[in-house]
Amino acid sequence: MILVFIEIRDGKAKKSSFEALSEGKRRADDLNTEAHAVLIGHGVEGLASELFSYGASKVYVLENSLFAHYSASSYSQALHSLTEEEKPEIILFSATSMGKDLAPRLAAKLGVSLASECTVTSTKEGKLEVTRPIFAGKALATVTFKSSPQIASLRPNVFPLLEDGAKDGEVVKKEVVIPEDQVKGRVEETLREEGVELDVTEADVVISGGRGMKGQENFDLLKELTSIVPHSAVGASRSAVDAEWIDHQHQVGQTGKTVSPNLYMAFGISGAIQHLAGMSSSKFIVAVNKDPEASIFKVADFGIVGDLFQVIPLLKEELKKALSE
Amino acid sequence: MNIYVFVKRVPDTESKIRIDHETNTIKEEGLTFVLSPYDEYAVEEALRLREANGGKVTAVTVGNEKALTTLKKCLAMGTDEAVLLKDEVPETYDGLRTAKTLARAIEKKFSDYTLLFFGKQSVGADNSQIPSMVAELLGLPQANVVTKLEIEGNKGIAHREIEGALEKVSLSFPAVISAQKGLNEPRYETLKGIMAAKKKEIPVVTLADLDLKEEDIAPLLEVTKIESPPQRQAGKIVEEEPAEAAKQMVKFLHEEAKVI
Ligand SMILES: Cc1cc2nc3c(=O)[nH]c(=O)nc-3n(C[C@H](O)[C@H](O)[C@H](O)COP(=O)(O)OP(=O)(O)OC[C@H]3O[C@@H](n4cnc5c(N)ncnc54)[C@H](O)[C@@H]3O)c2cc1C
Ligand SMILES: Nc1ncnc2c1ncn2[C@@H]1O[C@H](COP(=O)(O)O)[C@@H](O)[C@H]1O
Repeated sequence: MILVFIEIRDGKAKKSSFEALSEGKRRADDLNTEAHAVLIGHGVEGLASELFSYGASKVYVLENSLFAHYSASSYSQALHSLTEEEKPEIILFSATSMGKDLAPRLAAKLGVSLASECTVTSTKEGKLEVTRPIFAGKALATVTFKSSPQIASLRPNVFPLLEDGAKDGEVVKKEVVIPEDQVKGRVEETLREEGVELDVTEADVVISGGRGMKGQENFDLLKELTSIVPHSAVGASRSAVDAEWIDHQHQVGQTGKTVSPNLYMAFGISGAIQHLAGMSSSKFIVAVNKDPEASIFKVADFGIVGDLFQVIPLLKEELKKALSE
Repeated sequence: MNIYVFVKRVPDTESKIRIDHETNTIKEEGLTFVLSPYDEYAVEEALRLREANGGKVTAVTVGNEKALTTLKKCLAMGTDEAVLLKDEVPETYDGLRTAKTLARAIEKKFSDYTLLFFGKQSVGADNSQIPSMVAELLGLPQANVVTKLEIEGNKGIAHREIEGALEKVSLSFPAVISAQKGLNEPRYETLKGIMAAKKKEIPVVTLADLDLKEEDIAPLLEVTKIESPPQRQAGKIVEEEPAEAAKQMVKFLHEEAKVI
């Protein structure tokens, strides 16, 4: 059985967890086994039914009032006891901030190794084989496991959602007992960044600005674009972040976030190697830069040599037209 | 307050990575090695805490003798001590191996710890695993990807970065913390620090000293292949006047990329 951890934020299961579940189902089919999903929380049973359509034949609901607050220690204990009972051969996470916090804790508890942020999965001789970027994507490593269960986290926004999964399946509720003093490092509060609905790692379209944006106020031009393009988010180069034009949450690159959206739009970004490391796996890249020699044009599918302050307003009108059709 | 900072020697982020396809490894020749960028924030935070609260900061790395340069850099920044945990096995990309070695060393040699600092991710392996694994192996609370740390006595609140938000994590010490950009602005080494670091002796601890046998920490991941990523092809670059260029871009997005 392949077990997939489903992350809940703001009372909803995350899309990237559906991606991991969909991929888990594809590998389960290869291995003639089933994909099961696991929800951890308090009063979260209602989320189970949605998971069947992404490939889960069974959903475990691990309940405890303590789970209302995330903590790597309590969640990993819950997953550990489920693993002992159900003996999955493979456990998958989405490599979100929660997945990256939790998966290694579970792996260490089980005494097994973990492959992080995988971008390809397949099976070979009845086992999981994954590809993961190393050196910020400058190389790709193919990895297999010598320990069991095989644990991997999958990069968000890379794996397609399953389209026509089943309508229903089995829900298995389990009360998990965890002594309160065993909960270590608990999340007390979540502070949302104002006006940010979508993180750059989750967006379908990332609209980024660099030093060429010239100032903080001009990032409003990019925010206007995100307000008309569905599922988009504002990104930035490190230069723009260092100049404090935008918070470093938005930084794309080797020491920022790695994104693989459908479309990456770069405005006034030169395309330094550390920036490319964070976005060159985007499906399509377009760029506007006044320097025809800028490195960003070497990776762009479509580029405009020109002044971004002239191009953006015109682009906005064209986009509006195209999107309203 | 005794603080240990775990650091790694990694290739500079500007490095062109070349692959040795025979051995499935990265070629070391021509690479410049540095202290992993996120580890710099960890060292800085440890130094600031010592300056505020007293105590001792020790930098620790697992690696071969080349990693002594990285430890010298930490000493030059101001750590009181530095220790090399000598492991001659080249990069395995297996976080558990390093985490087990560190956890054993912490138990046997550094048991007077209050805080264990890491970078949120090492450049190269890009695992983001070791801090959580060490926390689990030692039964400690963890806060990863931390951009702000507030300490009061034996407790702390760590602000940890998540998608579009910050989480406030409550910790009681001892605890594991991994640093994210934004936590602080790392200092440069001073000439005085560099001179002092030159003179400082760096103890070398072997796996045998830690009662670790190779089979205890044998990698459980196998890297069967390392390849270069597919090269992106440069696409269409236009130099039309802005109105026409914008039109063409949207046409491309609509008709060819089919994303709009
Ligand atoms: C350890 C380390 C880690 C790093 N990590 C990252 C990282 O994670 N992410 C990152 O992005 N960088 C990172 N960098 C920095 C990186 O090397 C570059 O310095 C940075 O990406 C440059 O940002 P930029 O392209 O915005 O600025 P610049 O390189 O200055 O480019 C600005 C561009 O804007 C164009 N321009 C100016 N005005 C206009 C206009 N009116 N219209 C159109 N175009 C215009 C210019 O032609 C130029 O190409 C890192 C560096 C180091 C050393
Ligand atoms: N060889 C090592 N020796 C000491 N600490 C390490 C080593 N490798 C990684 N670390 C620490 O673990 C953090 C996360 O690394 P990783 O899990 O490899 O992404 C790094 O930023 C370091 O703080």
